[in-house]
Amino acid sequence: MTINELQDEIIEEFSQFDDWMDKYSLLIDLGNSLEPLDGKHKTPQNIIEGCQSRVWLNADYVDGLVKYQGESDAILVKGIVSLLIQVMTNHTPDEILNTELYFIDKIGLKEHLSPTRSNGLVAMVKQMRMYALAYKAKGN
Amino acid sequence: MNKEKIEQIRAEFPILTEKIYNKQLIYFDNGATTQKPRCVVEKIDAGYYHLNANIHRGVHYLSQKATEAHEAARTTVAEFLGAGKREEVIFTRGTTEAINLVAFSFGEAFCKAGDEVIVSVMEHHSNIVPWQMLCERKGMTLKVIPMNDKGELDIEAYKSLLNERTKIVSVAHVSNVLGTINPVKEIIRLAHEKNIPVLVDGAQAVPHIAVNVVDLDADFYVFSGHKIYGPTGIGALYGKEKWLNAIPPYQGGGEMIATVSFEKTTYNELPFKFEAGTPEYIGSTALAEALRYVQEIGIDEIAAYEHELTVYATKRLAEIENVRIIGTAAEKSAVVSFLVGNIHPYDIGMLLDKLGIAVRTGHHCAQPLIDSLGIPGTVRASFAFYNTKEEIDTFIDALKRVVMMLS
Repeated sequence: MTINELQDEIIEEFSQFDDWMDKYSLLIDLGNSLEPLDGKHKTPQNIIEGCQSRVWLNADYVDGLVKYQGESDAILVKGIVSLLIQVMTNHTPDEILNTELYFIDKIGLKEHLSPTRSNGLVAMVKQMRMYALAYKAKGN
Repeated sequence: MNKEKIEQIRAEFPILTEKIYNKQLIYFDNGATTQKPRCVVEKIDAGYYHLNANIHRGVHYLSQKATEAHEAARTTVAEFLGAGKREEVIFTRGTTEAINLVAFSFGEAFCKAGDEVIVSVMEHHSNIVPWQMLCERKGMTLKVIPMNDKGELDIEAYKSLLNERTKIVSVAHVSNVLGTINPVKEIIRLAHEKNIPVLVDGAQAVPHIAVNVVDLDADFYVFSGHKIYGPTGIGALYGKEKWLNAIPPYQGGGEMIATVSFEKTTYNELPFKFEAGTPEYIGSTALAEALRYVQEIGIDEIAAYEHELTVYATKRLAEIENVRIIGTAAEKSAVVSFLVGNIHPYDIGMLLDKLGIAVRTGHHCAQPLIDSLGIPGTVRASFAFYNTKEEIDTFIDALKRVVMMLS
């Protein structure tokens, strides 16, 4: 599936909830079920320090596809990390760099990605793209 | 304060009736900033509508009036702090600027390589970074007073830090994270035994407890207007006349000069020497109004009622399983910091927000303190005299719901 197809799938999934509580419950479930990041990847280099919570992000480049793993110490942030990884992982650097992320806004969780929220998520998205850019350069 | 009185007070703060996400706002983030009563907002309004002219220089009517209002505000601040002389009050943008002023000007006059500055482990970044900058500039060392498990400063350790290299001590009167009311009078007395001056960061104290700088014998005392129901962008530095005369100006510009020529400029006398540029004269008059408002209600009344709220909130929080109160000092102000089990403070704060409750989460600009406690941050509920026990009940119900979601 393309990144956009994956984004649309998540939008569809969230659209069944009107109530914020249900939305957040799903986010909490997603956070809880995110595979924990391997201890060896929880390095200072992989940490994205937010003012409120911390995010770890690791990336690998396998057979022309970028693979992301991540985690956070806050469960709601972890839920969003899970969604971001779901959408972004296993794609080519080109697709990652050329696709706009619109699903967070559409599912009504935009506030978590506001630059003033300082939970490390804005920096995480930026870092995901940086990895893609670096792998693209390497690939070429 | 009885229910009727609280209702009267609440009616003076229109923002308290706001609804967020269709829920009644409960504002428990007063440690970050307080809401403004009508009289303060009206003062700002009236200032711009009827009193706006640059001060200290115009010969015309409006300028005179504005000057008088600004200087009357200085007198109000001086009286509020119990300062001996009104010239000992310098208007600043707030606590942060006031500390930066002292760290710079005192540092220029009295500090050299090898000297030491003492702060405490529970300081806000505003009372750490300016001193670190001074230390870097001069080759000095920052010394830190530790605390015990309850969040009380270790006075014995403090005594052992005071020595002939110590040039100044700078401590918070009240901790913004723990709520601890520090024994600043004792801290000052001990420093003075060795002729060391003390700056007290009163940002979290003046809104909640009576302060008298002469009784404390503080050399410098600083606070922010917006944390005591006044506007943002205005605060004050109290400094003993002898110190303010002995240290150089912080910023250069208009207002702070006596004569200027390209060969030599002479500086104005106190307090103007430290107020470069057009002062925040609308803000100063509105701050004075806020202080009058607080005095009218009575700071002791406020302290007693807020103490009731703090005790009640602490008691109700204890109902929640695995709750951990961070900061249990015997002397505490209107702040309750806590954690629940292993739940991250950000998660609690985000979900409480959705239920209409404003609390602060994170390290509260006191990262060294949070690190020393080995926690990721806290959830902080900080009260003002317009808060109620009913609001605390709603908050506890909301918190229980949130904890259930997150557990």
